[in-house]
Amino acid sequence: MGNIGPIIVLALIAAGLVWLLLRALKGQEVDRRVIFAFILVSVAAPLLMPVTFKAKPTPIVRALFDAIDELPEGSRVLLSFDFDPPMSPEVQPMADVITRHVLAKKHQAICMTLWATGQAQFNITMNDVIKTDFPNLVEGVDWVNMGYKAGNEGVLNVIRTDFKKMFPTDANSIPFDSIPILRGVRSCGDFDLIISLGGGRPGLKEWVLFVGDPTGVPIGAGVAAVVAPQLYPYYPRQLVGLLGGVKGASEYESHFRDNYEQYRDMPTPAMVMMGPQTVAHIVIMAFIVIGNVLFFLARRKEGQS
Amino acid sequence: MRREIPLIITISVGFLAILSFFSPPFEPLGEDFTLFFDIIAVFAFFLGGGNLMRVHIDKLIKRKKDWGFSIVTLVGFLVMLVAGLGKIGAESITSDITREGLFSTLYYNVHLPLGSTMYALLAFFVASASYRAFRAKNREATVLLIAAFIILLGSTPIGQMLTNWMPEGMSILEIPNLAVWIMSSPNLAGQRAIMIGIGLGVVSMSLRLILGIERTYLGKDSG
Repeated sequence: MGNIGPIIVLALIAAGLVWLLLRALKGQEVDRRVIFAFILVSVAAPLLMPVTFKAKPTPIVRALFDAIDELPEGSRVLLSFDFDPPMSPEVQPMADVITRHVLAKKHQAICMTLWATGQAQFNITMNDVIKTDFPNLVEGVDWVNMGYKAGNEGVLNVIRTDFKKMFPTDANSIPFDSIPILRGVRSCGDFDLIISLGGGRPGLKEWVLFVGDPTGVPIGAGVAAVVAPQLYPYYPRQLVGLLGGVKGASEYESHFRDNYEQYRDMPTPAMVMMGPQTVAHIVIMAFIVIGNVLFFLARRKEGQS
Repeated sequence: MRREIPLIITISVGFLAILSFFSPPFEPLGEDFTLFFDIIAVFAFFLGGGNLMRVHIDKLIKRKKDWGFSIVTLVGFLVMLVAGLGKIGAESITSDITREGLFSTLYYNVHLPLGSTMYALLAFFVASASYRAFRAKNREATVLLIAAFIILLGSTPIGQMLTNWMPEGMSILEIPNLAVWIMSSPNLAGQRAIMIGIGLGVVSMSLRLILGIERTYLGKDSG
């Protein structure tokens, strides 16, 4: 019974698209406001009546999962929260599930940001993941928040050889030398894995160019879908794995849940968002078909005249 | 001297930056330059804020087109600035404003949803643009159209459901894997070409700047 609502909405959307196709066959163009209305319904309805799908991880997503999973317990993982509110719906679910995975594997999470807004985005992960799922972990011992540092790739250029020079204290103003988790960390070369979460500049590209390549530390990433195509050239030599957009995040969430029984009931925002994305993509494809019907009809008319 | 001093600074800093990258003894110099850059960047924050105020106050006074939006910009800017610098609502002066106080309330309840909404509007424009632009006008456009369909389907669970029945040996033909192949093969080739082109462009422009050939950054009277 719970699936009746989405089925009715999908049937209505499908009926509307068929009606538009029939109009197109008569040569009637579709007003862009009609397109906007269809997108509104196809995005809003699955959000109001969520349907989640199980996602099989693609190799590039699985590679990042395996990179974290295969590290020995207690490895140092640097997480860089380089994003802002516009990217948040896509990247925050990645940040949450990756942080959960890192801590579930008992790795040490060192968090930082190159974006002024990244500090607030990290707080979301801290409240929703670290403090909720891992209340026994101690800040400074099991995880640390180094906070924001201005200077873009300049910051990376320095922490590549001297981490303390750029981060003399953590976000709570505790001196570097008094933080147990940072004992033995001199440069980025002392991390076992670096994960860049973002999609703008500075972001993954800068991490690869200024830190990954010179130090040889493996780099993984979760980025907004719009920039993912530009980052494929780095995989697999300079990048161990990549999550692109909501799709990548949902695959990771699904795979993580399947492999970690204790987190079966964890929130899966990316899997929920796949509903609107799926319907919206199908509607966009339907409009492309309608557009092409109109185009071929117009071309045939031109040929006849 | 108005031209010579900036030129000398650019040339010397440029050469020292290259030296610090390629010569290990000079490596600390590069780190110091980064710190200098950070200090200079702080002044850019003031300059940016000041410029924002100047542009929008001018627009407001002269009642230029859409001056109403300038009021929203100025009020938003000043409220966030005062809330952040004044640490309004925070427990103490040392509190992290992204965790408590008015700044954090405004960030999570106004800036975050508004920013996400603005970005989400892209979906509407992408749909409208796809309807108008993706037309099989010729062979190349048809190939692009097919690739777009595979990527669109591959980014949904439907793509997986449609081809999940395929045997393991033919998994490359599953729509999500085909989408990944398009991204990591034809797309990769194009992206690499663009990146190499940009890289060569950056090298040539940097050399022009360091050697003093490119002077447009000095302004109109740079000669």
